[in-house]
Amino acid sequence: MAVDKELKIELGKQGVFVTTIEELYNWGRRSSIWPMQFGLACCAIEMIATTMARYDLARFGAEVFRPSPRQADLMIISGTVTKKMAPQVVRLYNQMAEPRYVIAMGACAISGGPFKQGYNVLKGIDRYIPVDVHIPGCPPRPEALLQAFMTLQKKIDGQSLTGENRPRHLNADAPGEFPVPVQGEHDLEPPANHLVWPLPVKQGTGNCVQGSEKQ
Amino acid sequence: MKVAETSPGFAFEKAPEAEGWNRPPVIEPDGEGELLEVSMGPHHPSTHGVFRMDVALDGERVIRLKPVFGYLHRNHEQIAETTSYLSMMPYTDRLDYFCSLSNNWAYALAVEKLVGQAVPERAEYIRVILAELTRVQNHASAIGFLIQEMGASGTPLMYAFKEREKILDLFESLTGSRMMCNYMRFGGCRVDTSAAWLEATRKVVAGLPHFIDEYEALLSENEILMARCQGVGVLKPELAVNAGITGPMLRASGVNYDIRRVDHYGIYDRFKFRVPLGEHGDIYDRYMVRVLEMRESIKILEQALKEIPSGPVMDAKAKIRGFRPKPGEAYGRIEAPKGELGFYLISDGGNGPYRFRVRPPSLINLTVLEDMCLGHNVADVVLIFGSVDIVLGEVDR
Ligand code: SF4
Repeated sequence: MAVDKELKIELGKQGVFVTTIEELYNWGRRSSIWPMQFGLACCAIEMIATTMARYDLARFGAEVFRPSPRQADLMIISGTVTKKMAPQVVRLYNQMAEPRYVIAMGACAISGGPFKQGYNVLKGIDRYIPVDVHIPGCPPRPEALLQAFMTLQKKIDGQSLTGENRPRHLNADAPGEFPVPVQGEHDLEPPANHLVWPLPVKQGTGNCVQGSEKQ
Repeated sequence: MKVAETSPGFAFEKAPEAEGWNRPPVIEPDGEGELLEVSMGPHHPSTHGVFRMDVALDGERVIRLKPVFGYLHRNHEQIAETTSYLSMMPYTDRLDYFCSLSNNWAYALAVEKLVGQAVPERAEYIRVILAELTRVQNHASAIGFLIQEMGASGTPLMYAFKEREKILDLFESLTGSRMMCNYMRFGGCRVDTSAAWLEATRKVVAGLPHFIDEYEALLSENEILMARCQGVGVLKPELAVNAGITGPMLRASGVNYDIRRVDHYGIYDRFKFRVPLGEHGDIYDRYMVRVLEMRESIKILEQALKEIPSGPVMDAKAKIRGFRPKPGEAYGRIEAPKGELGFYLISDGGNGPYRFRVRPPSLINLTVLEDMCLGHNVADVVLIFGSVDIVLGEVDR
């Protein structure tokens, strides 16, 4: 429910501030995103550079990097997620309190990047946890991370407290915990979480097949 | 602190006695209470990425420390065996992602040895300039991270990154990328520098002494820094040599060994510079050696920028892609900011390496972590670890 804009301005002139709970709530969340202090590889250095004086992430209310997942709202997956590290990343994500968001920074976090052909590199963290913003690049420039921040802020701004567009923590049906993969005989088990990674599923077996292999 | 004015041709002329290898004594728990096993990492704010230490504590004292590697294993060696020599160059950027240009150089050196390729003068000068700029920004950031682990949250690091950004701007305007430069080629460099770039570099280099003075004024005589660093994490020179430690870590323990002096690779014998050596081998000496090395790097930079000749940057006969070296092997090594970085290549006559092996300074410098930490408080472990100056991309490869 929106207040008439003209009326709002008029009331503002009289010193009366009118808003909705939803707007206030989103404004608060968007203006103080606390990222988790969590670096994986090369992209983490660009993430650190973004927090320094030149690019100054503090302008977005997000300079407070928290080492503990319990105090963080945002996880920046900055670098290569290996198969040894993936369970830890999912576990850290599970430990974060809602509302929580994820930025996948760099080619590695999106798809495995230059190391995709390797045997030990996960081909994209969005196989296991929901990702809100992807930034391409190897490494993405600090400006790209700032852009991702603004995209995330827009996304938060557009969320409502009720209805279809409500954030996950207000939706009782949405999962709070995501299954942590374990190292199986050849690969991580399961190879992807189908709640967040919609790959075509081979009928009957439950195994996922790569789209390209299928066609 | 002393500085070696002249370096002996080879460092180990006075070889340390193997008997003198005194590992720190095995520390016995005092028998009261239980040992506490702590797993630090892989997500820990002080681990420079994803590294785990399994520490056994008796109260606050470290009784045992076991490093656990492999959280960033990105199969460099396997990828190398399936690609060509040239397409491996960008991967070397991502080994030690602070110092992509020195990695490029070490790899180019190994391939040049393999195929017997000469490098033109101007390219050698450009390589030296880029490698020394890399050293300055690496050491500045390493000190910044070390002080951050001491609790000075951010401020020294911000000073370091302020300077680093200037250097990265130079890299970007020359190579097109801030961090992953992918600039050197077998037999030279990819593009020539412009006069304007050299002028800009001179300007940045002229500002560096002021930066280091400022940095030192803030840190070197700081009481907290001295209290926490002096006498902590001592590494004996005998152990350092026997364990294969290189770089500022080794020199902080007082061993005069710098591959720029020992190997004379590139054109380093043309420059006048001194090799700083520590006396105690503690964290403070490692900090001091890094500061002094930055000052020496500036001297090299000034000389190189003055003397740089004109000419081609690529050898006319050089082959960049599609060449097949004769079967054989080669090892190219340089003094990277963190220590000896070497690439060992075996060719079977194909267009890619048959075997590709990296000798990462970070990993080998980490092997003495337990020896340095035993008996210290758990809070010091973070500092000792920080003073080694590692990058996980290189440790796990
Ligand atoms: S995307 Fe590139 S820069 Fe980022 S972690 Fe991967 S290899 Fe490193």
